[in-house]
Amino acid sequence: MTTVRISDDALALACGADAVAAAFAAAGCTVERVSSWGMHWLEPLVEIDGLGFGPAVPGDVAAILSGTSDKAIGPIEDHPFLKGQQRLTFARAGRTRPLSLEDYAASGGWAALTRARGMAPADVVAKVLQSGLRGRGGAGFPAGIKWQTVAQAKAPRKFVVCNADEGDSGTFADRMLMEGDPFQLIEGMAIAAHAVGAERGYIYVRSEYPHAIAKLNAAIALAAEHVAPFALELRVGAGAYVCGEETSLLNSIEGKRGEVRAKPPLPALEGLLGCPTVVNNVLTLAAIPHILIPGGASLYDSLGIDRSKGTMPIQLAGNVKHGGLYETAFGISLDRLVNEIGGGTASGRPVKAVQVGGPLGAYIPPAQFHLPFDYEAYAGADALIGHGGITVFDDRADMGALARFAFQFCAAESCGKCTPCRIGSTRGVELIDRIRMGGKADADAVEALPQMHNARKAPRSRAEDLHLLEDLCETMQLGSLCALGGFTPYPVRSALKHWPEDFER
Amino acid sequence: MSRPSLTAILADFAPEQAALLPILHEVQAAFGCVDAQAEAAIAAHLNLSRAEVHGVVSFYHDFTATADPRPCVELCRAEACQARGVEALVAAAEAAAGSRVRVKTVYCLGLCSSGPAARTGDTLHARLDEAALTALVTSL
Repeated sequence: MTTVRISDDALALACGADAVAAAFAAAGCTVERVSSWGMHWLEPLVEIDGLGFGPAVPGDVAAILSGTSDKAIGPIEDHPFLKGQQRLTFARAGRTRPLSLEDYAASGGWAALTRARGMAPADVVAKVLQSGLRGRGGAGFPAGIKWQTVAQAKAPRKFVVCNADEGDSGTFADRMLMEGDPFQLIEGMAIAAHAVGAERGYIYVRSEYPHAIAKLNAAIALAAEHVAPFALELRVGAGAYVCGEETSLLNSIEGKRGEVRAKPPLPALEGLLGCPTVVNNVLTLAAIPHILIPGGASLYDSLGIDRSKGTMPIQLAGNVKHGGLYETAFGISLDRLVNEIGGGTASGRPVKAVQVGGPLGAYIPPAQFHLPFDYEAYAGADALIGHGGITVFDDRADMGALARFAFQFCAAESCGKCTPCRIGSTRGVELIDRIRMGGKADADAVEALPQMHNARKAPRSRAEDLHLLEDLCETMQLGSLCALGGFTPYPVRSALKHWPEDFER
Repeated sequence: MSRPSLTAILADFAPEQAALLPILHEVQAAFGCVDAQAEAAIAAHLNLSRAEVHGVVSFYHDFTATADPRPCVELCRAEACQARGVEALVAAAEAAAGSRVRVKTVYCLGLCSSGPAARTGDTLHARLDEAALTALVTSL
């Protein structure tokens, strides 16, 4: 009997994978539901004996089985999109059944945990330090240093918390990992717990990911005996973007409003319920098992450039022809990612801009596509890597409107704790509207009030309005408690710098 | 299907504040909202003030004070779906929805390579064009 492999990743499901799977089952095939290879434009991707067919619809079944389908892409593993990748975190993607403990063990699962538990906790931390792994959530803080801080803290209780509140538009690697290889994340957390001396862990996942929630719940139950005495609990967010910030995430787990805490104290010293807590992103924790196998740490350290070590699961999103997950060593250029690997825009029109790093990342013009994917190189260009999402826009994008959206999004999602973010975001929307409308004639209703004696009554020139916008950006960047308010200036400033014409009437 | 009573939901949770979000999710799912009466009962169970519970309920987008019985399409309007043209579909979706269906804006469903994307219940939809989105709205 023919065995057909079809992904049950949420994106494949959204593209109709269940109907295709049912059609193959009706045709007498054995259907195995596996994780996604990450070639999203080909989903639902059908695999039979290593050969791929996609994007498939139920009507393709007869042609695929008789070998006459025009959707054949040849051997999947030889596909150029996969050939160029170096997959560590996503080594199992497309190859294993996500909730099969058998598949997991057969592909090297639990080996790192067994080895780590045979080592002294301090030696595990040393391996993570040696690997050069930096936090994949966006800030890029060295994971080993964070672990060391928690490990050295003296406290009766410590926690490991996985930040799976992947709210950035243009990112989906956490979701794919949780849905496709949940045991790897759990193994990484168990290793972290051993390294720092924690007995309990939480995964905080956003409510927008129902499939990831279901997979994680099942995986936690299945893996419980493998990771015991470490105990793991899933917590579901409630639609607040800001809860991706680590301190508001901790408040949310504690049953509070997801407001940001002032730092210090660092969560590593006073985190969940006031106890020392490791808070790491999904991709950070999922990278751990590869680092803890023999030779893993030095392999990780040998990859990448400068201080950006190892591989990054990059997400190609937005208006891109070949979107999906591309894991590779740091150092790759945007030109290769967008134009060669991504194949340019899905619409076939010229690329105008890409936003790297989610809603708080800078818009980068094609003139800067030579930038190497590297934390410091991006920082030097007033941009950020963030969580590794790349959203492509074609020449129809209105950068003024996108800058306005950045403020609007910040206003909608601000936790309200600090003033620059809470009020500055709304002022930013108003200011960009005014600039795009060509300025204003008079003071507005509030400015005209007699008690607003410091407010300006006379009209502002465009130059003055732009200066005011820059002032606002500076206040938000330097005065906000967290990255939501602090990084909103990145998309705004970059849009204004590279596409000033989009801010004119 | 009978919905669980508030008392039955609360009985499943230890009386500690860390249980608040899981409780609120269950109450919202069972009743379509977390109203003032529910807030008071939850507060009593967790030994919190009603103000504390209300502060949490009103903070998160997923919890609402009143129930909206209409079917709902959650449409992603974040950057990646904007890049794939979601804004041009909004008017048609809202016209098809009228007052019968709720079209709710959400930011990111994690399908960013294949937008425009939407969610109905726990079902996801990708690669939407105007025809597919209006058909989805009409089908609810």
